[in-house]
Formats: sequence, structure tokens, C-alpha cells
Amino acid sequence: MPIGVKVMKRPIKQTSYLRATLKGMALTFSHLLRPKVTMQYPEEKSSKDWTLSSRWRGTHRMLTDEQGRAKCVACGLCPQICPANCIKLVPGEDEEGNRYPLIYEIDEFRCIFCGYCQEVCPEEAIHVGVHYENSEYSRDRFVYDLERLTAQTHPVSTLWDPSDPKGE
Amino acid sequence: MTFFLVSSAIKVFVVFNLIMVGVALLTLLERRVCAWMQDRLGPNRVGPQGILQPAADGLKNFLKEETSPAMADKTLFTLAPIVSFVPALLTFGVIPFAAPLPTRWGVVPMVVADLPVGFLYILAISSLGVYGIVLAGWSSNNKYALLGGLRASAQMISYEIALGMSTVAVILLAGNVTLSQVIAQQQQALWFVIPLTVAFLIFFISALAETNRLPFDLPEAEGELIAGYHTEYSSMKFSMFYIAEYSNMVTASALMATLFFGGWDIPFTSWDSTGDPSLVKTLATLAVFGLKTFVFLFTYIWVRWTLPRFRYDQLMALGWKVLLPLVLLYITLLAVAIWFVRIRLGWDYGPGMAWVLGGLNLVLLIVLAWWLDRGRIVSGSVPQEAA
Repeated sequence: MPIGVKVMKRPIKQTSYLRATLKGMALTFSHLLRPKVTMQYPEEKSSKDWTLSSRWRGTHRMLTDEQGRAKCVACGLCPQICPANCIKLVPGEDEEGNRYPLIYEIDEFRCIFCGYCQEVCPEEAIHVGVHYENSEYSRDRFVYDLERLTAQTHPVSTLWDPSDPKGE
Repeated sequence: MTFFLVSSAIKVFVVFNLIMVGVALLTLLERRVCAWMQDRLGPNRVGPQGILQPAADGLKNFLKEETSPAMADKTLFTLAPIVSFVPALLTFGVIPFAAPLPTRWGVVPMVVADLPVGFLYILAISSLGVYGIVLAGWSSNNKYALLGGLRASAQMISYEIALGMSTVAVILLAGNVTLSQVIAQQQQALWFVIPLTVAFLIFFISALAETNRLPFDLPEAEGELIAGYHTEYSSMKFSMFYIAEYSNMVTASALMATLFFGGWDIPFTSWDSTGDPSLVKTLATLAVFGLKTFVFLFTYIWVRWTLPRFRYDQLMALGWKVLLPLVLLYITLLAVAIWFVRIRLGWDYGPGMAWVLGGLNLVLLIVLAWWLDRGRIVSGSVPQEAA
């Protein structure tokens, strides 16, 4: 023999291939009848074991006031804090001196979904959303303008709350 | 003569299509059972419960690009899938699958060709299938493929012997190799699985190895040989290897059902084998035969998704050092027992003889399990006496 390999002496219980085989067959058969863990995605989007977290940071949503106008006052904090520089904001002012966004665009491809824009917003206008189905047929559809941001209806993220770190 | 030709042609057509559809459904069954055993659902999107998945797979394989390696031997490369595919389908031809069917023109035996040489023909043809694998491995001009082909030939030769020897036990008991006669004998008394339990187990293990199924799928061994002999194949050529593998499974299962489980015999009644043939009998026995075959097919899948692959030396050790001596010893013992019962006591094959031999098998089985249970099947990489 070219190479000597030390063969461990083990009790029969551990080396028995017959018993191990039968045990394994019984195990796989019992799994055959157990409930399955697969979630049937397009039909089922959450199960009793798994739901999307309320802190999920997905694509944005702009909240509106009672008149249906965006709550944004074009203060410029969100483009300022945005680490990915994906928010484009051009402020405007009406006759009464109220500021509002003339252009408000978020490039969802550049966005890193950190949620700082929601955290920094003094008017609680811009939010990251609990939402993940965003497919489109062209790349330019991923620059969301103000109209599109206000039209979103999905729930908004609660983000991380320092007073409730575990989310209870 | 015209009746024979026409009925044979119809049978060939029907059996071919049934096997093709069966193989297609078997691939689906394999995937779904595998998924269930892993607590998943498996493919269930195409059609109700995924029933059209095999059709989608087939369509995909037809539409895929057919690649051909630049340095491959073109002739053999094309020939290999055919050589693998044809014997896989030929073997089913001699297996009787139902009670004879009465028609207006005469009684049609429900077997494509009731050859007098029966399962000798199956052994001969099924071992031809290895040529396809070896040719595929050789002509691909690929190291992995060649290794797969080499392994396949060594494995087939090793286990062919145990397989053939275990059927010798059936010949000893039945005194005939024609499968319809073997079935008729089992219908008179008990299924051969009782007087020949050990032979059945050896046959089952060897059949796993012959069809290259886990735990003996070393010719493919995706972990070490990528995909073995069909690494370089794509499109319909690959599909043909795939169909060949599964139809080999179908044939092996049907053969096990025929040799040891009474073929199309319905248990606990003689209604199916006596009296005039009728359409109801044909359909009922066909269903029973299908069920028996299905049980073995399921066991194949079940074993595949339970057991890990053998190492190569373990495979060879099991074939040559365990199964071959075992089956030789078993045949000797069985021949003596049959000689004693048949010549000395003068019994014919019937329940009495079956139970006597069954008792002998039970004793042998207990001894065998006790002996094999001492760590003899899977050992270290060096034989124990040499270590």
C-alpha cells in the first residue's frame, strides 16, 4: 500500500451503513409529508413566518396635505444630506411667499436607500417606502418626478427609532 | 400474419409513446419529490401542479444551440447519444405489461415481443447502453468526460455480473427465461420476492448501479467530473442521454416488478389470470403493473435524494468484494435448497415451496444484515487488513 491511512476504530453503531441508510430513508420520507416552507411569491407576499419589516427602506413617496399638494416646502435639506446626491430640487415661491418645489426628482438608481431624506425632512414630506416591486421597461422611468412621488400609495417606512431600538 | 404485423406495429407505437410520456413525467416527479423532501414545493408553475413542465423543458432543449467541441470526433460524438438512447428503449420490448387483450381479430398478448430468450435479451441489450456512455466520454476530447466514460464502463462491468447472477436465481426457480412464463409461475403461487428475497435485494442494488443512479452515479458525479460523459453535450443530444437514463430506470423498475413482484399479476385473486381475456382485465392488470413500476421508480428517486455518492474504491469494493461473493454463495445455497425441495421431496413450485425457500431467505437475510452491519460496506481508503 502506497500510503497508510489510519482507520479509526469506532463503535458499530457509528459505522453501520445499513442502519444509517434506513434512518436516512425514514428521515427523507418524513420530510416528504411535512409542510413546505416555500412562499408562492406573486400570490403570497407574506406568510406567518415572514413579513416585510415596517422599517424597510424602499422607493420614495411624497406625502400630501389636505388640498392634495406636496407637503414639501423646498427647504433644501434632503438634497443637502443625500449621500448619493440623487435628489434634484429647484425651489419656487408663490404670491403669498409660500415656498414649494418647482422640480423635485429622485433618481432611484443612484439612491442608496439610507433614509436620511426622511429623517432630515422638517415637514415629514419625503419618505422612504415599504415597497419593493419597481420593475420598468426603460431606465429613464427610474427618475421619479414630483407627480409620481405623490401618486405612490404604499406604506411609508418607520425607520429606526432610537427610543425603541428593537422595534417593539 | 397481417394481424400480427398490425398489432405489433400498434403496440410498438403505443409503448414507445407511453415510455416517452412516462419519462417526461418522471423527470417532473423527480424534481417535485426532491423538492418535497427538502421542504420545498418544486416546479408547479407550468400547467396545473407543473404537469406541463416537461413539455417546457423539452421545447427548451429543442431550441437550444447545439454546440460541438472543435477537437471532438464528430462521427462518434453524434453517434454516442443514439447508441445510448436506442438500447434504453429496446429493452422494454420484452416486458409483458398487462393481461392479453381480446379483439375482434384475435387475442393480442400485451407485450411488444414475447421473446423466448426473455430477460437474457434485456441483459444483452441493456449492457449495450454503456457503449453510448464510453463513446461520449471518448469522442468529447475532454478529460472529465473521458473519466466519466471510463468509470461508467468499469462500473457497468462490475455490477452486470451481480445483476446477471441474481437473475440466475430466478431461472433456477422458474426454470424459464421467458418473462411471460415467469409471470405465469408467480401467478400460480407466490411472487418470487418471497422465495428469492436476497436475490431481489442484490438485483435492486445492482440495478441502481446499472442505471447510473445515486448512490452509484460516478459516471456523472457533478461534484468531481462536472457532468461526466455528457459535459460537452448540449441541446437535444444532451436530452437524449437524459431520456436514456430515465427510460433505463423505467425498464429496470418494470423488470423488478416482473421478475420478483408478479408482473401484471393482481395479488390475492386469480381472476386476472384465469378465464377468458377481457378489456377490463387488461386495463386492471395494466394499472397494477403501472403501480408496481411506479413504486420502484419512487424508490429510485427516494434513494437518490437520501444517500450520498460512494467513493470510487468503495463502489468497486461493494461490487467485487461484497455483492459478487454474496450472490455466488446465495446461488449455491439456493440451488441446493431447490434441488432438495424439488427432487428429494418432489414438490412443484407452489405456496409450500415458496414459503420454505422464503424461510431460508429470511435466515440468510438476518445473517447477511448482521454481517454487513460490521462496517463492511463503507471503509477507509485502505482496506482494513492492510492498514
